[in-house]
Amino acid sequence: MDQTRRAFLEKASTYIFLTGAASVAWEYVEARTPQLAPNYKDTDHWWGMIIDIEKCIGCGSCVRACKAENDVITDEDGCFRTWVERYQVDPLNAEHPTVASPNGGYDGFTALDQDGDGVKVFFVPKLCNHCVDSPCVQVCPVGATFDSPDGVVLVDKDRCLGCRYCVQACPYGCRYIDPRTHTADKCTLCYHRITKGLTTACCEVCPTGTRQLVDLKNPEDPVHEFLRTHKVHVLKPQMATGAKVYYNGLDGSVR
Amino acid sequence: MPGVEGYIYPNEVELQWSILIVLYPYITGLVAGAFILASLERVFNVKALKPTYRLALLTALAFLIIAPLPLQMHLGHPERSFEMYLTPHTESAMAMFGFVYLWYLMAVLVLEIWFDYRKELVLTWRASTGWTKRLYGALALWSDDISPEALAVDDKVGRIITVIGIPSAFLLHGYVGFIFGSIKANPWWSTPLMPVVFLFSAIVSGVAAVMLVYMALATIRKIPIDMKCVDTVAKYLLYAFLVDFSLELLDLIHRLYEADESFRALDFMVKTRLFTSQIVVQILLGTFLPILLLALVQFRRFSDATRRWIYSVSGVLTLIGIFAMRWNVVIGGQLFSKSFLGYTTYKLEFATREGALSAIIFMIAPLVILAVLVRIFPPWPAQEDARIQ
Repeated sequence: MDQTRRAFLEKASTYIFLTGAASVAWEYVEARTPQLAPNYKDTDHWWGMIIDIEKCIGCGSCVRACKAENDVITDEDGCFRTWVERYQVDPLNAEHPTVASPNGGYDGFTALDQDGDGVKVFFVPKLCNHCVDSPCVQVCPVGATFDSPDGVVLVDKDRCLGCRYCVQACPYGCRYIDPRTHTADKCTLCYHRITKGLTTACCEVCPTGTRQLVDLKNPEDPVHEFLRTHKVHVLKPQMATGAKVYYNGLDGSVR
Repeated sequence: MPGVEGYIYPNEVELQWSILIVLYPYITGLVAGAFILASLERVFNVKALKPTYRLALLTALAFLIIAPLPLQMHLGHPERSFEMYLTPHTESAMAMFGFVYLWYLMAVLVLEIWFDYRKELVLTWRASTGWTKRLYGALALWSDDISPEALAVDDKVGRIITVIGIPSAFLLHGYVGFIFGSIKANPWWSTPLMPVVFLFSAIVSGVAAVMLVYMALATIRKIPIDMKCVDTVAKYLLYAFLVDFSLELLDLIHRLYEADESFRALDFMVKTRLFTSQIVVQILLGTFLPILLLALVQFRRFSDATRRWIYSVSGVLTLIGIFAMRWNVVIGGQLFSKSFLGYTTYKLEFATREGALSAIIFMIAPLVILAVLVRIFPPWPAQEDARIQ
């Protein structure tokens, strides 16, 4: 790689500066007053995600990265902030797809036995849709689940009663009870990272660029161009939750 | 995965709401139903029901005291439950339960019982000595005015409270139905009929419970059962049951005819995993049979003893049937995946925090409380008490 010492130093100093700035912001995030951070203004952002189904190879890196980054429990069933499903759809029987997500796709998928049997196969990564009108936020009896001003649905573990009403209310199965804290848990869109100017762990490791964190309030974000030029869909649109995870190439059989 | 059929979302492996959450609508339903039976006598002047009036109120109170405990036991952080009162999220149906519950307990039930019993409390206070005297003095709030004017005020206030109490009882249980009925993510629950169905099934279960308690108490105390009273209770039970059953039938027909995207999954569930609890226990044994038995009494003449048997059997079947209904709503609503592509199983454990043993204790506790309440507040006329002694 052709890199001069000067270019390297310029780049490195930018990173060092950014890290310093981020650590300032993080102090405010931790104090639960991110809006007061001098270099991260939550009202300037509106976070979401784009998932390009055509690009997903079902490697499960996102699931592993999410669990590692967010200390999601791995030795118990049913604790996934993100997971990957494999759909096998017979075009003539699209209402009855065969779906699998062994261990949430954590270990990837084993190859299918048959090839070329007329069945289409694709992967669907899933995570919290960070809905604008979240049913989970609506039902929480104490407001432990809330919308951040930058469009992320978060859970305050110190307030959550563990009544599980939010788990029932989520149409997408994105929530679970953390057996260690007995409180509701779900994807935070790596809030601790995105408020520092980083992307989410799942987007960071995705080898094919299937998942992309997007800031819908940032006019420079390529998401606007993407949404203009692609036919995108959200999961279960009939639920009218205002989901902000947009899927490109989503098959009608996906639920 | 054991117990799983088809595809369920990875986070759906754990069933969220256990048998304790089945008890919650069951117990609040008994409360609302018992209270509505009491108000029939008080507000609508159904004189034949007089012998059950106070008993119905005490039954409602005994169950209401226990009602929040299964919920409390189920929470991941019971110590934080008081936050629902301090920092309620006003958009949440569940947050409002605390307030509806308190309103019903303190403003309706306790007040109504107090005004109704005030004269007896004062009389017992005056006639007794020692600890009994102190207890009844405290219960009467050390106010011993039982002049005819004061009693007339008591009666008037009591009537007003009952009038407020009827919509409150409707609110208490209709609202429990709303907690389930307003979850759009779950097609088994999401129907505007849910609060109404819950309400009428509540009336059915409460009336059946008071009828059984009345007959059991009379048998224990070896006094004759007032057949005119029990006949009337049974008649109201039948009416409420017919409305309840029609509503549930309406829900069923609507689902069958509309056959929306969830229909196939739900239909399969009812025919397999819920077959015993829904078709056999709830509908055949818990609804058809008691309706048939109760209707038979309306059309044919039976001896008092036979009618007592019929009422006892149909009362017990009704209580089992309504419990099955709550079970099918709460547990049934969690047996299918929200992907509509698979099913899971509920394993009822025994001696765990949310196991069958806890549920049994929570069902026996109100009866123990009722036994204590009946001793402190005898629900029968004083002369009847004297005659027995």
